[in-house]
Amino acid sequence: MSEPITALAGAASETGIARIMELSLQGMITLRGDLASSAVQKAATGAAEVEMPGTNQANCVEDRGICWMSPDELLILCPYDMVAANIDKMTETLGNAHALAVNVSDARAAFRITGTQAREVLAKLCPVDLSLENFAPGMFRRTRMAQVPAAFWMTDAESFQLVCFRSQARYVFDLLSIAAQPGSGVNAYLT
Amino acid sequence: MLTLTCPVCGVTAEETEFHGGGEAHLKRFGPGATDDDLEGYLFMRENPRGVHFERWRHAYGCGKWFHAARCTTTLQVFGTYPAQTFEPPKEICDKISEARPGWSWRAFK
Repeated sequence: MSEPITALAGAASETGIARIMELSLQGMITLRGDLASSAVQKAATGAAEVEMPGTNQANCVEDRGICWMSPDELLILCPYDMVAANIDKMTETLGNAHALAVNVSDARAAFRITGTQAREVLAKLCPVDLSLENFAPGMFRRTRMAQVPAAFWMTDAESFQLVCFRSQARYVFDLLSIAAQPGSGVNAYLT
Repeated sequence: MLTLTCPVCGVTAEETEFHGGGEAHLKRFGPGATDDDLEGYLFMRENPRGVHFERWRHAYGCGKWFHAARCTTTLQVFGTYPAQTFEPPKEICDKISEARPGWSWRAFK
């Protein structure tokens, strides 16, 4: 078995107005089904060991969490080596429910953007209102980042976690690093 | 810029996060239909200056289809509503009547 590695081998950009780093391998499971059904909810909370998030919310603790992707889709985060076991557990919990749980860990890349100007870096790239009052920790947003789809949420007041397709990891990393290049601050969101 | 609110996930974003899906409320005419009906279904589209009904998809967000009623000249959006309907809801028609008295679009007014 070949050793799993991330798309950019942990690339990081430290010199800009926000720190960009590729995260180590993150387990991700797509769960599709009727989110109102108790089997789907139990499968999600059982694997991630956190509460169900509301619409457009993410409920994440360290490397575990549930993100609300759409009215019939959740993204379950868990440790990378727990994915297979979790999917087995979820499939069992789902039983006959019309639902799908699939491992997408290796189809995605994950980044962290940290710093007082992290909001600005993302605001330059996404058509999202990232002002302090409109985007806060706990919220989750799928959107367009320049030319590719991406999803992000805040882990604390100055950090974003972002996921994108793995094949676009280099593009996304370059986008973020360029948007964060030294001296490029707009200071739109500083309090 | 056209700013739409997805009625499925509630996100408000500008048009580049969405994808236009053409005219709304088309009735399909398939096998067994008359030539005129099939031609109308395939080719005849409204191209109004003013009130228009369209299908949109929240392509970069929740991925769901929905309907939007908007003005093609001012980009004013009168409202968005779920895809699972054959006609615009009354409150949206009322809102259009308020802004554009005497409007009509195909069979709706």
